[in-house]
Amino acid sequence: MGRRTRTWSDEQIEQTVGNLLRFGVLLAAGVVALGGVLYLFHYGNTTPDYHIFRGEPSSLRSPAGIVSEALLLQRRGLIQFGLLLLIATPIARVAFSAVAFWKQRDHLYVAITLVVLGILCVSLIGLA
Amino acid sequence: MSQLTVFELTVLLAFSSIGAGFIGALTGLGGGVVLVPLLTLGFGVDMRYAIGASLISVIATSSGAAAAYVKEGYTNIRIGMFLEVATTIGALVGAFLAAKLSTSVIAIIFGAVLLYSAYLSNQRHQDHPLDAQPDPVATRLRLDGSYPTSEGSQSYHVQNVPLGFGLMFTAGTLSGLLGIGSGAVKVLAMDQVMQLPFKVSTTTSNFMIGVTAAAGAGVYLSRGYIDPGLSMPVMLGVLAGSLWGARMLVYARPQLLRKVFSVVIFILAIQMIFNGLTGRL
Repeated sequence: MGRRTRTWSDEQIEQTVGNLLRFGVLLAAGVVALGGVLYLFHYGNTTPDYHIFRGEPSSLRSPAGIVSEALLLQRRGLIQFGLLLLIATPIARVAFSAVAFWKQRDHLYVAITLVVLGILCVSLIGLA
Repeated sequence: MSQLTVFELTVLLAFSSIGAGFIGALTGLGGGVVLVPLLTLGFGVDMRYAIGASLISVIATSSGAAAAYVKEGYTNIRIGMFLEVATTIGALVGAFLAAKLSTSVIAIIFGAVLLYSAYLSNQRHQDHPLDAQPDPVATRLRLDGSYPTSEGSQSYHVQNVPLGFGLMFTAGTLSGLLGIGSGAVKVLAMDQVMQLPFKVSTTTSNFMIGVTAAAGAGVYLSRGYIDPGLSMPVMLGVLAGSLWGARMLVYARPQLLRKVFSVVIFILAIQMIFNGLTGRL
């Protein structure tokens, strides 16, 4: 118990993970809603067609492209940036877990967590 | 449907998504199982856009709900992290399969998974005996844990780790292929196979769904399957609906709800399979 002051207890980790998830979702929802309002003001009267699959332009497919679209305050780019934040929330949770297990000196779980983190990065950045 | 303006479609999608999130939270099955049939059969959305939007909303609801559960101390973070190795690899495989398989085949698989979910949600739950012996694999991986009950903290021993891990790979593949959380399969693996207490299974499943879905969503995003205009009302609607549903859970009668919901799922399943077989999706 004496080490509790230096390492993190499971309860502390659970509280922090909970807060992290909540903050990420609220932030993402806020950005999506903001982009959504701007999007509706601009495109509200056009007619959408989701029957036929075309795929998004390349600028809305990669994290780098989405960030630059959002910085230009492009409406669809802003929504996509919010969705990217949402995808990033569980990834941030996994990254935080790696740090927490490291603080607990649980090296087995640091390794397991880094494997999961690696898989998530592969999915977002590469191979596709 | 093509006569609707973006504004009208957005409002309709938002309200439908609130309903899907609400029912998904009350029954514990998640919004994804209703959303994909709703978008494809109801709104005529291409399967790939529907799966992308659904997967995004799954991350939102899982993370929103997990935040509360994690704080209550039911979730086993080590089990979740260990099994996420299987679910995330599975999700990548599923997302890659989604590009290879025709939408008809995906629709038929979706229908089959829906049928199975409806069956599972009607199974009566039985608690496990508490005198289970420690399992060497679970001990080495430090998976055993304890959870709060009305009689104080109760410890449990995890069983059949390899089989549970294998089932989690399947759950991940289905999640990545179909755009759902596949909570039913995750709970089956933890509750029935690994013999975890039911509350630990359901909350840990919820905790894992977000990470599993993020792995699939990453591939979908880089493939161009995630449309901002479509995903916006769906994500916000499902999130709002599920938060509302979680609050109403205290007043609800889950047994009756599950019965009603499994009938709805059964009808959707038959429609998905029929449309898949006749090539209409």
